Amino acid sequence: MYRLPSYVVWPFTFTLALFLGWELACRGLEIPQSFLPAPSMIFKAMWDFRVTIIDNSIVTLWTTLLGFGIATLVGLALGVMIGASKGIYEALYPVMIGFNSIPKVAIVPVLILWFGVGPLPAVLTAFLISFFPIAVNVATGLATTEPELRDVLRALGASRWEIIRKIGLPRSMPVFFGSLKVAITLAFVGSVMAETVGSNKGVGHLMLSAQAAFQVPLVFAGLLALAVLGIVLYAMMAVVERRFTTWAYR
Amino acid sequence: MSSGPEHLVQLQNVSLRYGMGSKATLAIDGIDMDIRRGEFVAVVGPSGCGKSTLMKIISGLAPISDGVALVEGREVAGPLKSVGMAFQASNLLPWRNTIDNVMLPLEVVEPHKRRIGSHRAEYEAKIEALLQRVGLGGFGKKFPWELSGGMQQRTSICRALIHEPEILLLDEPFGALDAFTREDLWCTLRDLHAERGVTVLLVTHDLREAAFLADTVYVFSPRPGRIVMRYEVDLPRPRDIKLTYSPGFADTVQMLRGHIRHQQD
Repeated sequence: MYRLPSYVVWPFTFTLALFLGWELACRGLEIPQSFLPAPSMIFKAMWDFRVTIIDNSIVTLWTTLLGFGIATLVGLALGVMIGASKGIYEALYPVMIGFNSIPKVAIVPVLILWFGVGPLPAVLTAFLISFFPIAVNVATGLATTEPELRDVLRALGASRWEIIRKIGLPRSMPVFFGSLKVAITLAFVGSVMAETVGSNKGVGHLMLSAQAAFQVPLVFAGLLALAVLGIVLYAMMAVVERRFTTWAYR
Repeated sequence: MSSGPEHLVQLQNVSLRYGMGSKATLAIDGIDMDIRRGEFVAVVGPSGCGKSTLMKIISGLAPISDGVALVEGREVAGPLKSVGMAFQASNLLPWRNTIDNVMLPLEVVEPHKRRIGSHRAEYEAKIEALLQRVGLGGFGKKFPWELSGGMQQRTSICRALIHEPEILLLDEPFGALDAFTREDLWCTLRDLHAERGVTVLLVTHDLREAAFLADTVYVFSPRPGRIVMRYEVDLPRPRDIKLTYSPGFADTVQMLRGHIRHQQD
């Protein structure tokens, strides 16, 4: 008989048990629907509002991915510059740390002030919140290149860029892709946060409207949609990571 | 001056200081050394005696503070391109297989750099032949983690040789290997040196290794490194590994040992 692998069986069993326990708790303890709706109510709300939820999920998805894409490019470029040059490292690092310490939710009002209510502040928040781990990881990967290996190439007359291209970048790939998994989750947090503070589209905005209308099951349906999106985004990055850094996993 | 066209490397009263002003430390001091083309030179000495600094000077990676350093009759002013280097750690790239690891210098040094795109098969055949020569035939497609420590070190030496450098600079290349593997690699290096006529500078802690492989052994003092003695090994070539277990050889090693002083002595 064919048996499902344990990495399929256990997560599903656990998730089902979680929902079942939740459902039973809501019914048994007679928790009011307006406080914590039972999963059955949430799924019903998901079905009833499926068009709205899918519509808004798509907006959240593309703002997240666009912000994340920009963060990947900028993070990679910044990481290479910081990792390759001590001068640039010394000049930029304190500013970057300072910038990263600012809670990004505090920047959203500024972005809305500049770019108005719409998808752009969400894209930018996703970008601003997620480029830092990428830059730091790439920079660390480059900066920790073995000096002997660098000497082997330097003695052959290799330029600094050749050393980065042949050694620094490839050896940074595992940490780079690892940081993408962190970054995509952050980008997601960033875009939803911006949508919640001020937007006319997206799951964050949907939840805020549902809350204002006291449609508690829809609020939770939004949360569930976010959880699913989050898992999908993370899984995408995990697949990309495996695909490009097979040599680091053996 | 003992110069002549046969001298590939000439160091005259060479010193190197790290740092500036009063905090500067002298790594090596007043080194005189002539290395003939094709000579096998071993440098031995206590830890931190500036042996690796010497390597950096000859490869053009570290500018000297005083004296004259000539390679092929020209003052060393930067990376030489005609050197191959290997270290105690094999430093292979884990994302490249053996062939591609050995390929690395060819991707950087002219004229290979220009030709490598269009003549890849030719270069791969050349690498296969060299791998075969050091006992790694058939391991070309393996990745570093699939090789033993000795095999990794063989690969590292192939990488240092593939672009046919004038000088092979080896910094304790066998230091991390077990005794039997080490002797195997001594023989490999002995044969490569004999066949290719490449000039070798070997930095080592192992006096038996130095005496077995080298034509000339230089003993360095503790930091700052100065030459305490220059010893010409008059054992005939080709040398058999059994030689290292003979009484005469043991005497040579003992004599060299007598000249090594430690910092605390």
